[in-house]
Amino acid sequence: MRIQAEHLNYAYNPGTEFAVQALKDVSLTIEEGEFFGVVGHTGSGKSTFIQHLNGLILQPSAQKKYKPKKPKKGSPVPPPSVLKIGDFDLLDKKTDFRALRSKVGMVFQYPEYQLFAETVFDDVSFGLKNFAKEPLKPESIEIAVRNALETVGLDYAAVKDKSPFDLSGGQKRRVAIAGVIVTRPEVLVLDEPAAGLDPLGKKELMALLHRLHADWCRTVVFVSHDMDEVAQNCSRVAVFSEGSIKYTLTPQELFSRFDDLDALGLELPAAAKVARLLHERGIDIASDCTPDGFAEATAAYLSSLRKKDGGCTDAEKDGEDGQA
Amino acid sequence: MRAVSFENVCFSYGNEEGAFSLNNINLSVEEGEFVAVLGQNGSGKSTLARLCNGLLTPRSGKITVLGMDACDAANTFEIRKNVGVVFQNPDNQTVASIVEDDVAFGPENIGLPREEIGRRIDFALSAVGMEAYRNATPARLSGGQKQRIAIAGVLAVMPKVLILDESTAMLDPRGRKEVMDVVLRLNKEKKMTVLFITHFMEEALLADRAFVMHRGEIVMRGAPREIFSRADELETYSLSLPAVGQICRKLRQKGFPVAECLQPEELAKEIERCAFRQNI
Repeated sequence: MRIQAEHLNYAYNPGTEFAVQALKDVSLTIEEGEFFGVVGHTGSGKSTFIQHLNGLILQPSAQKKYKPKKPKKGSPVPPPSVLKIGDFDLLDKKTDFRALRSKVGMVFQYPEYQLFAETVFDDVSFGLKNFAKEPLKPESIEIAVRNALETVGLDYAAVKDKSPFDLSGGQKRRVAIAGVIVTRPEVLVLDEPAAGLDPLGKKELMALLHRLHADWCRTVVFVSHDMDEVAQNCSRVAVFSEGSIKYTLTPQELFSRFDDLDALGLELPAAAKVARLLHERGIDIASDCTPDGFAEATAAYLSSLRKKDGGCTDAEKDGEDGQA
Repeated sequence: MRAVSFENVCFSYGNEEGAFSLNNINLSVEEGEFVAVLGQNGSGKSTLARLCNGLLTPRSGKITVLGMDACDAANTFEIRKNVGVVFQNPDNQTVASIVEDDVAFGPENIGLPREEIGRRIDFALSAVGMEAYRNATPARLSGGQKQRIAIAGVLAVMPKVLILDESTAMLDPRGRKEVMDVVLRLNKEKKMTVLFITHFMEEALLADRAFVMHRGEIVMRGAPREIFSRADELETYSLSLPAVGQICRKLRQKGFPVAECLQPEELAKEIERCAFRQNI
């Protein structure tokens, strides 16, 4: 399902002294099949945006009590907003939001805090039963739960009867994700899915997301503060700042805009930090800003110098061996 | 004086040996030191932190905090006044509905005079860059802002030892840097002892010393640079080098004579030097 937002605005507590304009004229299209990153510092509006994607935040026009207002004569007419996911029109209050939510899975920050049931099986099957239009057969529930748990890398027989609270942190997070993907959403939205995990846990979680992306949810959208993670995983990235989208670019394009990122208060991936310092020294190395990609690009650059100019002397080469 | 020392400390939750249990830990942290603690989830880092201020008591062994025996319940109050812990999730650490009340909770609890509490709130909020939110409601703040309030709440008690248990895990890079700057300043200027538990290898680089924990034991200890020079060993404990170190290692594996480095500035210089040499 394609995600299409145009001229989207949103304010929290409008008309009160707590009013905050969280989204200002946001336009973004995420194509089906993308592994899409959303970045921006705290309070930039990215969470508000992704909560729109499965109708957790409804635009005024999608709320039941909404009555269209006649525009005042003479006042400028704002451009019309659009928010569509596949065929769902999220600005229309007649939309079946329940059906939408089963198609757009949402994994919150620290999803393990939302586990609640007595057993892993009950927890994972909760959403499935809730979204079903008519009661499901126990066998089909079992198949779906088994599939979901095995997909997130857990042993179905070993964990299904356990309390989710007796599992380790990484396992809990996997159970929580299983509880979302069990309805077979076509779009999976995750808010900082790897936050708080150790380096190995992060690596495993990103591998899981790629696995899900390959054969479970066609489109993955994830929020991250970790620029190295963004560089290594996303097809494209949207940068939020003060409620607006400043850029929508590939990681490689984004991370070559050193000064723009600085101005937005975003960190660069480590490789881009080095590339920037080299740029200031007159050496330009273009890469995808992953550690591997940057090392490859640097090696290629250094080798090109070696070929052109004859390279290091033998004595220096001996020196290298000694160091290595 | 030693801030914290552990002698042959063993600990386990319940009766069985399992995850998070500690096995024969010996360590000492001097006053004014900045020590990073690294390790996989479940390696026992948080257990170690909780033992330092009497939230947990060891099964055997001796823990001394600022000269006081941490196993003696009579010292618990004094120890907690001097050892502040900031945890990972700020939502579990907020006690009041207004930021300044939340920060005042600790100083009020130790019975400080009103004016002093006011000063402590000013100090703590400015230290974490949250002065503008003095009258805000924590529930309306973002995760990163809430965490800075939690840190302010600990700073307001002015403990001698500050333990941060993955306190930067939920912050964005800017928030993380602000917290790191605050912690470094407290360490350098106020000589506050800092025990910093983190999964961010880059943060560990700023410490004087680092411990690596694995399955309830301290398996590596030394200056962060020394620890990161043992990349293969680090990998066996499921930890990785900071990203710059990884790039550097790849280049070395490809036979380029770059020195081992962990900071972007160093690597840029090394690559430039290398390019220059190859140009000659």
